[in-house]
Amino acid sequence: MVVGERKPFEEIMKMLEGHKKVMVLGCGGCVTVCLTGGQDAVRVLSSQIRMARDKDGNPIEIIEKTVERQCDPEYVDQVQELVPDVEAVLSMACGAGVQFMAERYTKTPLYPALNTTFVGGSVKEGYYVERCQTCGECKLAYTGGICPIARCSKSLLNGPCGGSTKGKCEIDPNVDCGWQLILDRLRDLDQMDRYEQILDIADWRTSRDGGPRKMIREDFQR
Amino acid sequence: MSGECNTDSRLEKILRSGKFAVTGECGPPRGADPEVIRKKCALLKDKADAFNITDNQTSVVRMSSISSSVIMMQQGLEPVMQMVCRDRNRIAIQSDILGGAALGVKNMLCLSGDHQKFGDHPQAKNVFDLDSIQLIQTVRRMRDEGKFLGGEEVKGVPKLFIGAAENPFADPFEIRVPRLAKKVKAGVEFIQTQCIFNLKKFGEWMKGVVDRGLHEKVFILGGVTPFKSFGMARYMAKNVPGMDVPEELLQRMKDTPKEQQADEGIKIAVETIQQLKEMPGISGVHIMAIEWEEKVGEIAEKAGLLPRPSV
Repeated sequence: MVVGERKPFEEIMKMLEGHKKVMVLGCGGCVTVCLTGGQDAVRVLSSQIRMARDKDGNPIEIIEKTVERQCDPEYVDQVQELVPDVEAVLSMACGAGVQFMAERYTKTPLYPALNTTFVGGSVKEGYYVERCQTCGECKLAYTGGICPIARCSKSLLNGPCGGSTKGKCEIDPNVDCGWQLILDRLRDLDQMDRYEQILDIADWRTSRDGGPRKMIREDFQR
Repeated sequence: MSGECNTDSRLEKILRSGKFAVTGECGPPRGADPEVIRKKCALLKDKADAFNITDNQTSVVRMSSISSSVIMMQQGLEPVMQMVCRDRNRIAIQSDILGGAALGVKNMLCLSGDHQKFGDHPQAKNVFDLDSIQLIQTVRRMRDEGKFLGGEEVKGVPKLFIGAAENPFADPFEIRVPRLAKKVKAGVEFIQTQCIFNLKKFGEWMKGVVDRGLHEKVFILGGVTPFKSFGMARYMAKNVPGMDVPEELLQRMKDTPKEQQADEGIKIAVETIQQLKEMPGISGVHIMAIEWEEKVGEIAEKAGLLPRPSV
């Protein structure tokens, strides 16, 4: 899933300066799963904003709403009656959701309440970790199912570097060395011979270096 | 190993003629004053065969390795231009390889580069378009096949003697020989190792290297760094990732009175070189006297490595 983290409250308050009526719009997708942008998060953030503005003697009216997904025009359309009524929308979706909203409602300022942080998963409740950098050319078959691009701090395709110490990365003793994980797994799979194959220089055109990406299912285009 | 040189590098000539090579190191300044390099060159001249010019080491911004290499050549010393993958993509890397070679650089060291977290610009975006092994492949391809990575012809190939680093002390130990084998497969011609303090472990690694016959495919220069003080030894032991300083060496530095610690550090370095000279498969030493260039000559002298042969 796409993991997002709420922006600092002060930054959010600054975005809302000058507005008297806004919508705080949650997303029922990934950010609900990672507990930062769903219905509950909308309620909590909205009360915080109201309280802060009341305290300043500058009250704000907030419409609270959450849609199934903000990265889908069908759901984004569901707030079309409400958006003209507010001065701005504070979206609690990931960056994709915020942009789908901004593209749909061109006359209303859209503000992000989250920083979209990474593609990953939860190892336990409330604990999320990065696993994929969406490079567009999956190499997991060659590296024991562990991604060198996402898990090595230098994204080395032929690691580990000389900074790997006791299974940890040189940047932080709390960060696992991605290449140690790869090697442990290759050993478990009895595939250590793969280590000596040099992984080719990557073609980053499939990553964002090729410009904004698209995926089109031709059979659905009619 | 073939005695025939691929380049005009003095370091390559020394190594291919079977002589025990010595390389040193020179860190560029954090400013635009060329005098800093000239002063270091005056201290280093004739004390080794070639000298690494570091490339923004520990991710701290310094004068570029190419320009520092040129200043060094003007002083009559042979540089080993270091190049890291952290700061350049393949376009800039290939361009700098051509530029370095055009300016007269004859040796290049291919490195991944320290993570920018350690430096003075931790906010920087890193590149790592290539890794160190792929960088070796890139230079080899440009030099020997006359091709850029994109496939186009290089008009006027860069005649560079190609080196890389290897750290036998980083984890996991079991892949440290295979990792060298990968660098050899990529086309590396000489290796400078991480600073050796744990000779026993280094010996184990070298045994693995020799058992696989890798020492017959690549020249291995053992890395030696003198401790300036007990404080520095302790810092390297505790704070530098991938560094292995055995407890007895730390104790030896600690037991030495403060005013004699520098001499003791040099003594340890000289002893290390003596042992490396006897070790099968070792073709030379790489003396890294960090911001202590004036001691390279003393260490080389005491280790019986001077005068350097003329080739």
